[in-house]
Amino acid sequence: MTQEPILTARGLVKRYGRVTALDHADFDLYPGEILAVIGDNGAGKSSMIKAISGAITPDEGEIKLEGQTVHFRSPMDARAAGIETVYQNLALSPALSIADNMFLGREIRKPGIMGKLFRTLDRSAMEKMARAKLSELGLMTIQNINQAVETLSGGQRQGVAVARAAAFGSKVVIMDEPTAALGVKESRRVLELILDVRARGLPIVLISHNMPHVFEVADRIHVHRLGKRLCVINPKEHTMSDAVAFMTGAKEPPREALAA
Amino acid sequence: MGEPNTAAQPSQEFEKVLVNSSTQVASFDTHDKTAIQKIQHFLHSTPAAVPFIVLVAAILIFGIAIGGKFFSSYTLTLILQQIAIVGILGAAQTLVILTAGIDLSIGVIMVLSAVIMGNCAVTYGLPAPLAILIGLGVGSACGFLNGLLVSRLKLPPFIVTLGTWYVIMSTNFIYSANETIREADVAAVTRMLHVFGVSFKVGSAVLTLGVITMVALVFGLWYALNHTAWGRHLYAVGDDPEAAKLSGIRTGRVLLSAYTLAGLIAALAAWVSIGRNGSISPSAAVTDYNLQAITAAVIGGISLFGGRGSILGTLIGAMIVGVVSMGLNMMGADPQWKVFLTGVLIISAVAIDQWIRKVAA
Repeated sequence: MTQEPILTARGLVKRYGRVTALDHADFDLYPGEILAVIGDNGAGKSSMIKAISGAITPDEGEIKLEGQTVHFRSPMDARAAGIETVYQNLALSPALSIADNMFLGREIRKPGIMGKLFRTLDRSAMEKMARAKLSELGLMTIQNINQAVETLSGGQRQGVAVARAAAFGSKVVIMDEPTAALGVKESRRVLELILDVRARGLPIVLISHNMPHVFEVADRIHVHRLGKRLCVINPKEHTMSDAVAFMTGAKEPPREALAA
Repeated sequence: MGEPNTAAQPSQEFEKVLVNSSTQVASFDTHDKTAIQKIQHFLHSTPAAVPFIVLVAAILIFGIAIGGKFFSSYTLTLILQQIAIVGILGAAQTLVILTAGIDLSIGVIMVLSAVIMGNCAVTYGLPAPLAILIGLGVGSACGFLNGLLVSRLKLPPFIVTLGTWYVIMSTNFIYSANETIREADVAAVTRMLHVFGVSFKVGSAVLTLGVITMVALVFGLWYALNHTAWGRHLYAVGDDPEAAKLSGIRTGRVLLSAYTLAGLIAALAAWVSIGRNGSISPSAAVTDYNLQAITAAVIGGISLFGGRGSILGTLIGAMIVGVVSMGLNMMGADPQWKVFLTGVLIISAVAIDQWIRKVAA
C-alpha cells in the first residue's frame, strides 16, 4: 500500500492486574478498506478494539487518526473524532423508537426559541434523516420509523445499529461480531450492508469469529495472538485453515506477512 | 481490494440455495393478528391507556352505585384536592422509577422541607420568599445526596433511599423537636406559605392552586420527558444503562438530575401541603407518603424495571386511588376496603405491565 493509513496504533499496552491483555500491539487501517481482526478467545482483540473506540484507555502506546495523535478517554471522544462502533450488544434502547435510537446522545433541536429556550426536539427532522439513512442502506422494509426497537427482528436491529454508525461515522466504522447472533439470511443482509458502507468510502474494522464471512468481505486480515499483532494476511493468498493455524499458533506465518 | 459480492451471487456454498428462498427481507405482518395481540400492541405503544380505562371504569361503577351525588363536579374536584400532594410526589417518584430506581425518602424530604419553610418564616422571621427558597433548596439537596450515592458510589437506589429515609426522618424530628407550627402562627407572618390552599369556584367545581400546580407540573414533565433530549436520555438510562452509556449518554449526570429534580418537586409538594393542611407537623413524617407516591406511579403503569410508562399515567393512578377512596367513603364502607383495593390494583397493574412487555412484532 502506498497510501497513508487513516488509523494507526503503535505499542499499545493494557494490563488488568497481573494479566496483560495487550502486549505492545500495533494496528493499521487504510482508507476505504475492510480490515478483519481475528484471534482466539483471550488474544486481546477486543481490548485492542476498545482502546481504539475509546471504551478503555491503554496504559502505554499511541493511537493516531489521520496522522494526529489522539487520546480517547471515553467512547464519546472517539465518536467526536469520527469513529463509530457497532457493539456486539448493539447499544440500542429497546423501548425507544428507531428514530430516537439513531439520534440517541446527539439529538437535533428545533430551530428558534422552541429549541433554544424549551429545548424541543425536532422530531420531523430526525425522522426524515433516519428514514433517509435506512433507505440508503436498503432497510426501508421497516415500515414505521416510530416503532420501538424491541419489536424488530435481530437482523433489523443490527441494521438500525449499522445505519446509525454509517450515518454518523465520518472516518472509521468498527463492527464487533455483527453476524454472531444472526441467521443465515440475516447474516447475508448484514454482510451486504458492510459492503455498502465501504462502497460509500468508509473504512471498516470487522471483528469476527466467522471465517467464511471474514474471507468473503475483508480486504486484509489482521491476526491477533497473545496480546499483539501476529501478522496481516491477504485473504486471496491464504486459506481459512492457514488463518486458523496462524491464530492458534499451529503454524508460523510467512515472513513478508510479519513485516506488514 | 476484494470484489464486493452481491446478493445474487452468494459466495458461500451453503448459501447457494438461498437464491430460491423468499426474497422478502423482514417484512411486518399487520393483518393476521388476533384481537388480543392488537390490544397488546396498542397498550404497548400507549402506556397510559390501561390506567385511563381503569379510572373511567371506577368512576362509572361508583357513579352507578352511589348515584348522581358522585358525578357532581363538587365531588370530582374534591377528589382532585385530596390527591394533589400525592400526585405531585408521584410525579417526582416517576422520574426516579423511570431510571429503574426507587425513592423511598421522598415523603420525608417533603416533611423536612415543610418544617424548614415554616421554621424559617415563623421562628427565624425570615421573609417568606427566602424561607420558601431555603425549603426548596433543602429538598433539592436531599435529592442531590440520593443522586450522588446512586450515580457515583453506584449503590442500589433501594438501599440508598432506605438509608436517607431514616436519616432525613430522624433529622426532621431532632431539628424540629417534634413541635407543630400552628396555622395561626404561619398566617400571622405570611400568606405566601398558604398560597396553594387558595381555592376558587368554577360553577360548583372547587379548584385550588395546588390542584392546578399538580396538573401543570405533570404536563410540564410530560413535555420534558417526551420532547427534550434529557427526557429521552432518562428513558434510555432506565431501559438499558449499558446501551445508553455506549450511545454516548452521560448516565451519571442523568441519574443525578433525576434524583435532584425529584427532591425539588418533593419540596414543592411541601409548599402545597402547607397550603392544604394549614399547620406544619413534623410527625407527618411517619405517614407513608413515599409508598403512596410509588402506588400512584405503579397503578399508573410506570414499570418498576425502568424505561417504560407515561407520567400522565401517574396522574391517572393517583386519581384512581382518589376515586376509589372517595367512592367507598360515600358508600359508608370500612376504610380498610380502600387499602385492600389499592393492594389488588398494584398487583394487577404490575401483572398487566409484564404481559405488555412480552409484546412480539
